[in-house]
Amino acid sequence: MLIRAGSFIRESEVTDKALWLDRRRFLALGAAGALALSGLPAEAGLSTIKGPFSTDEPLTPRKDVTTYNNFYELGVDKSDPAQLAPSYFTKTKPWSVAIDGECAKPGTVGYEDLIKPHKLEDRIYRLRCVEAWSMVIPWVGIPLADVLKRFEPNSRAKFVEFTTLQDPERLPGQRRAVIDWPYVEGLRIDEAMHPLTLLAVGLYGEELLPQSGAPIRLVVPWKYGFKSIKSIVRIRFAETPSKTAWMKAAPREYGFYANVNPAVDHPRWSQGSERRIGEFRRRATLPFNGYAEQVAALYTGMDLAANF
Amino acid sequence: MDKLLRKAWVKPVLFALCLIPLGLLVWRGLSGGLGANPIEACNRFLGDWALRFLLIALAVTPLRQLTGWSGLARWRRMLGLFAFAYVVLHFSSYVGLDQFFDWSAIGREIVKRRYITLGMLAVLLLIPLAVTSTNAMVKRLGAKRWQALHRLVYVIAPLGVAHHWLMVKKDITEPAIHAAILALLLGWRLVARLRHNGIGSTAKAPACSAPQSSSPSL
Repeated sequence: MLIRAGSFIRESEVTDKALWLDRRRFLALGAAGALALSGLPAEAGLSTIKGPFSTDEPLTPRKDVTTYNNFYELGVDKSDPAQLAPSYFTKTKPWSVAIDGECAKPGTVGYEDLIKPHKLEDRIYRLRCVEAWSMVIPWVGIPLADVLKRFEPNSRAKFVEFTTLQDPERLPGQRRAVIDWPYVEGLRIDEAMHPLTLLAVGLYGEELLPQSGAPIRLVVPWKYGFKSIKSIVRIRFAETPSKTAWMKAAPREYGFYANVNPAVDHPRWSQGSERRIGEFRRRATLPFNGYAEQVAALYTGMDLAANF
Repeated sequence: MDKLLRKAWVKPVLFALCLIPLGLLVWRGLSGGLGANPIEACNRFLGDWALRFLLIALAVTPLRQLTGWSGLARWRRMLGLFAFAYVVLHFSSYVGLDQFFDWSAIGREIVKRRYITLGMLAVLLLIPLAVTSTNAMVKRLGAKRWQALHRLVYVIAPLGVAHHWLMVKKDITEPAIHAAILALLLGWRLVARLRHNGIGSTAKAPACSAPQSSSPSL
């Protein structure tokens, strides 16, 4: 047993942070070069500015981030999405997102038009899965608030609902009723407007891969990973909270808020600790995944054990 | 076939076959083939094989009765011991790799999580079976008592299947397959016993002595 344990440690140790940073610099140089030569937007490397809130913790290797995914639309095993995406979810463009509900400017917006008015930011966030593992991921995206404001939500917009693409041709996991498709998630409007909440279009300086929720996904770093819905096709401003996909599947296990909370156990496991992918020992889980300073005020006066 | 099963070289071959999953795990571990979360992968892999070996060991008797290959019985104890070995490895990987010998956390989990309670119970119940697996112990206990003790496996295997079932988050396909196989294997025995008792006590109509056709529905 211990011999194998040794090999696990070694794998994480060889993934030195400096190497990844070098790689990112190299990619950025490459992208800049391509831009200068062609005058066209670079295909792979995204041009970004440094966003706020980035952690300086060591990044989880790109290979792990892109091969260990919960995306049941592409299979229930965490290795399924990366394996099945190349044969099924081959085209993530063109893409459009329907915006509707309580806002002054509803409509359907193409991916380019959704992104174009904004600067892409680098945001290195911790991600804590409800299954008690975690990663540190360099996202590329736009603050969700900046995007939402363009559609002018009205005073009745108390919540925002997101829906994942439903297309069993491209997402073969939807051929089986593992959960009630399409995947739906939701946030309270103040959570959605919080500067930490990111609409991500890239990862590791490149466009999102299908298994990571291409071409556009949510990232809510103080909540369990399942709140960060992938491959979004609809954003709806609503008066009432949505019945989310996981609440429908197992209401006792998954609540609407899903704030990372070491004090509230999942019915089948403790949330007090987590395994950072690449690390051998478990580490303590922090309230709000370490973002308490930024977000705890959103929940003043709320019983987070009841509103889990 | 039965003659073949009784050949001397069969035992080492079967032994080597039973080691293949373990070899595969070591190879994957060393080559980075366990993915991003190798500890979880190792744990699940060993748990899956512990269950599979339990089911394989339980399949020996029905298979022997169906085929008439009485030579199969010679491998039953070894298969049972392999089941135990994979259970112990699975348990060790949980205690050592997953929880890193955090005994207080493990204690809390055993009390709090039903699937862990059931799993631990299965491990504990398997110990007397493993300990009494030698010929000397069979002699010491006497065949009758030995057999009675080893019927504990009819409790242990369902515990194992339930342990897996309760752990799974959403897609219960695999535990359901295990449960179906287990139901078949235990159902076979139940029907055989009912049939035996039925014939012994009433010894009448042949109508009730067709267990082959009714057993798969159990």
